[in-house]
Amino acid sequence: MSFLDYFISALFLQAGYNSALVAIGAGLLGLSAGSAGAFIFLRKRALVSDAISHATLPGVGIAFMIMVAFGSDGRWLPGLIIGSAISSAIGLLMVEWITRKTRLTEDAAIGAVLSVFFGFGIVLLTVIQTMSSGRQAGLENFLLGSTAGMLISEATTIAVAGALAAAFVFLLRRPMTLVAFDPEYAATTGVNVRNIDLAMMGLALIVTVIGLKIVGLILIVALLIIPPVTARFWTNQVGLMIGIAAIVGGLSGYIGAVLSAAEASLPTGPIIVLIAFGFFLFSALFSPLRGGLASALRHQRFQRRVHRRQGLLSLARREPIYDGLTLRILRRSGMIRRDGVATARGRIAAQKAARDEARWAIARRMLPDDSAIERYDGLTPIEQMMTPDQIAEIDRMIAAQQGAKA
Amino acid sequence: MIDDLITALGAEFVQLSLTPIVIGILAAVACALPGNFLLLRRQALIGDAISHVVLPGIVGAFLITGTITAVPMMLGAGVAAIVAVVMIEIVKRLGRVEPGAAMGLVFTTLFAAGVLFLEITDTSSVHIDVQHALLGNLESLIWFDAEGWGSLLDPVALSTLPPQLPRLAIVLVGIGLFILLFWKELKISTFDAAFAEAIGIRTRLLSFALVVATAIAAVAAFDAVGSIIVIAMFVCPPASARLMTNQLGRQVGWSVIFATISAILGYVFAGYGPGWFGSPFAVSAAGMIATISGIILILTCLFGPERKRTGQRAEA
Repeated sequence: MSFLDYFISALFLQAGYNSALVAIGAGLLGLSAGSAGAFIFLRKRALVSDAISHATLPGVGIAFMIMVAFGSDGRWLPGLIIGSAISSAIGLLMVEWITRKTRLTEDAAIGAVLSVFFGFGIVLLTVIQTMSSGRQAGLENFLLGSTAGMLISEATTIAVAGALAAAFVFLLRRPMTLVAFDPEYAATTGVNVRNIDLAMMGLALIVTVIGLKIVGLILIVALLIIPPVTARFWTNQVGLMIGIAAIVGGLSGYIGAVLSAAEASLPTGPIIVLIAFGFFLFSALFSPLRGGLASALRHQRFQRRVHRRQGLLSLARREPIYDGLTLRILRRSGMIRRDGVATARGRIAAQKAARDEARWAIARRMLPDDSAIERYDGLTPIEQMMTPDQIAEIDRMIAAQQGAKA
Repeated sequence: MIDDLITALGAEFVQLSLTPIVIGILAAVACALPGNFLLLRRQALIGDAISHVVLPGIVGAFLITGTITAVPMMLGAGVAAIVAVVMIEIVKRLGRVEPGAAMGLVFTTLFAAGVLFLEITDTSSVHIDVQHALLGNLESLIWFDAEGWGSLLDPVALSTLPPQLPRLAIVLVGIGLFILLFWKELKISTFDAAFAEAIGIRTRLLSFALVVATAIAAVAAFDAVGSIIVIAMFVCPPASARLMTNQLGRQVGWSVIFATISAILGYVFAGYGPGWFGSPFAVSAAGMIATISGIILILTCLFGPERKRTGQRAEA
């Protein structure tokens, strides 16, 4: 079977029970990571999860040693998960403790905890490598993740834990949203901000430890960060954003697991991360709300309006126009002829623009504090901002002025 | 007892341990120096991001040149570091996201790309792998031709020093000079960027220069000791030093002392420590150096004279 055939059959869960389960597990993991990450992102603490994930390593090592000491081969996944959860919880509390008790800032605490815990974990791994009992081979897979040779029981553990984490996010979504946007207000409404913060980070911790096996501890943080950043491009609403982040995370995990199952030599973690980045890149370029393309188009449209307006005003004042872009825009919309003389349509449009400008000038003097006036940008026709009565009033004043001059 | 010490510091020590210790110290200090300013500018995690993107940098350099000689590797890593900094800036602006998220997005993506390139291209003929990138190979940087302390004066033996040693020494001198020459500018722009701007210091250029110095330190140190030490040394010694004093000059001094202690103790514990417990195997020196720097940080967090924020009561 070719790679593509296999990929397509795996994508639709036709490539065997085991790989289907792994793919579903990775999908559920991504789903919970995306939605939990959304809150952490909104709380602006994305990199705390980096400390959490690196801090899992000593726990993996110690759990392995303890299990070997009790005579097992040290590879029982729930045991390793519990060990890593304990050590990353210690890491998280250390970050908290350092920022609260000393004058060091959170980023310094994060950097210190992640490097020291990781370094200590590596020390333990080198100790484990010299141990004569236990099956240590493959322990380093926790660094980068691997689905090759994953047991069905392991895939089930991950799938169930991922679903539980997603359910937790759903239950805590209201207080977490409140704390993410306005911790002071949340405190006044009786929400315990510190506990909710800890719950948020606890969710990141759960996602991290169940993701260790599939994504690996160096890259799991990407699954918490990239989906929410991607989702932010598409919406300004919290609920939608969390949903989109969950979908992006879920799809990345699912597709990534399928791809790496189809090509067993590829490590799973990097593939999942790069797929998530693909979603990000697409959103950053093509999102209608904040994407690069949309912004560029908006900018161009604005530029054209400015040039058109200024060109028409120049026509009305019978001033010569030199700017190439202005000339092109006026010519293309039939306001001027090829030799630069205004057409009949152009003269009407120019007069209208000039009248609009004069009305705005009066309006700004008359009502300096009006909210409509504050939005004056030199482009919006006054009819869109003021009532016919107001405009009639302005016209009377213009007439009076001209009468006074005459 | 004295005899023990003499044999411990004898020819074998010079051959096997002297160069790794010196290289460890040079790498630790080279990272700790710019780390002081990154810490105060709340950019401590830039070091983290840069050391993650070193891997894709060297893999990229390998893909282009097909060799693993030092110069293209270091160039590749340097380019990757600059690419990462620019990408972080773009993501920050375009997505209007906080710097931490932008950083996390960029360095994980680049690291993932590096790992993937490593896996899909045939690098079996050469020795680069993820483990090596993370852990370095401090223990293997031994000085074959040394016959004892006298070799330090022997030009023939000196010429066979591991190349990482002179390279790191040069980098350290360069970074030291940069900090010394721009001391006043760095200090002012770190503590009061607006004032620095007002008296004509080009703060953005200076920030960029600092990031470049950081990248150079990261790349040079990474080659010898792996990225764990790099991250730990950017953050831990300066953070510990920050809790010791309120003066920038003294802080830098303390950070150098802490970095040196971490490197020496870390190497000694990793190499000889297991023997004290009757194990014939050494543990990772890089990991141990990071661990020692963490222990120093915990101690200063508990006892450092300036550990509190101003206005916070000492007992609080």
